Amino acid sequence: MAVCIAVIAKENYPLYIRSIPAEQELKFHYTVHTSLDVVDEKVSAMGKALVDQRELYLGLLYPTEDYKVSLLSRLGIPCVKSMFPNQLHRYGYVTNSKVKFVMVVDSSNTALRDNEIRSMFRKLHNSYTDVMCNPFYNPGDRIHSRAFDNMVTSMMVQVC
Amino acid sequence: MPAMADETLFQLLHTQVVAAAYGAGRGSGDEGLRAGLTVLEGMGFRVGQGLAERLPQGALAFREELDTIKFLCRDLWGAVFGKQTDNLRTNHQGTYILQDNNFPFLTQMAWGQQYLEEAPKFLAFTCGLLRGTLSSLGIESSVTASVTSLPA
Repeated sequence: MAVCIAVIAKENYPLYIRSIPAEQELKFHYTVHTSLDVVDEKVSAMGKALVDQRELYLGLLYPTEDYKVSLLSRLGIPCVKSMFPNQLHRYGYVTNSKVKFVMVVDSSNTALRDNEIRSMFRKLHNSYTDVMCNPFYNPGDRIHSRAFDNMVTSMMVQVC
Repeated sequence: MPAMADETLFQLLHTQVVAAAYGAGRGSGDEGLRAGLTVLEGMGFRVGQGLAERLPQGALAFREELDTIKFLCRDLWGAVFGKQTDNLRTNHQGTYILQDNNFPFLTQMAWGQQYLEEAPKFLAFTCGLLRGTLSSLGIESSVTASVTSLPA
């Protein structure tokens, strides 16, 4: 249940950001940017760690909680009825060329298993590789490829 | 399953690319030579960037520079030329020498010193390829090639 998917270049500027719903894109820009710090931390930690942590997949970065408060004013009594903790989990993935993928998922419905996240990242990586091999694409430009868009849409829509 | 004719096709294509870079009145003096080399090297650079994304699929993250160079020697050479480099030397201070005793682009040329001056044209693309792959994997570099005798 991906809510936002972002591809960030080696120099930490975004190559591609897509979110659902589309109006909250700015908020996701910030979210993804803050996750970059965590990504960098993990990558540098891996550099000093032992051999068995050489995975590209970084796993859960850190969860945040957005509280939504709703007022039941049917009886005229404003009461803070339910706080929906919208757990937003972010997952990270770094390629060998230091391009980072960040995925923000809303885990309030079904908890996505680790394997599913990994497979989603693998699909992302494959599509990104295809974009890179396109001779009309200059590395460093924003990604406008329709195939990439379709793949991302399929990943985001499958749950909403 | 890899197609059998891949390497041959690539060699033929490469020969034509070199010829095209120098044909069409690009000039035959030093200027023309340099322009052609730049074009070929630039082409190799872009291809190297794409290869750097595609080849390490599923490979683990590179821990250090030596890992990356070893990947170059084995996987990149294997994918492009169908063999691995014969020798890798380093001075541990940032210089690496990759030696290949049967470089596929040059094996078809005549024995002896006859075409030694032509050899750089056929090496420019490969130099660019290496530089592109390295830069995409995070290592800024300059690549030079030298040929001692043909076939190399």
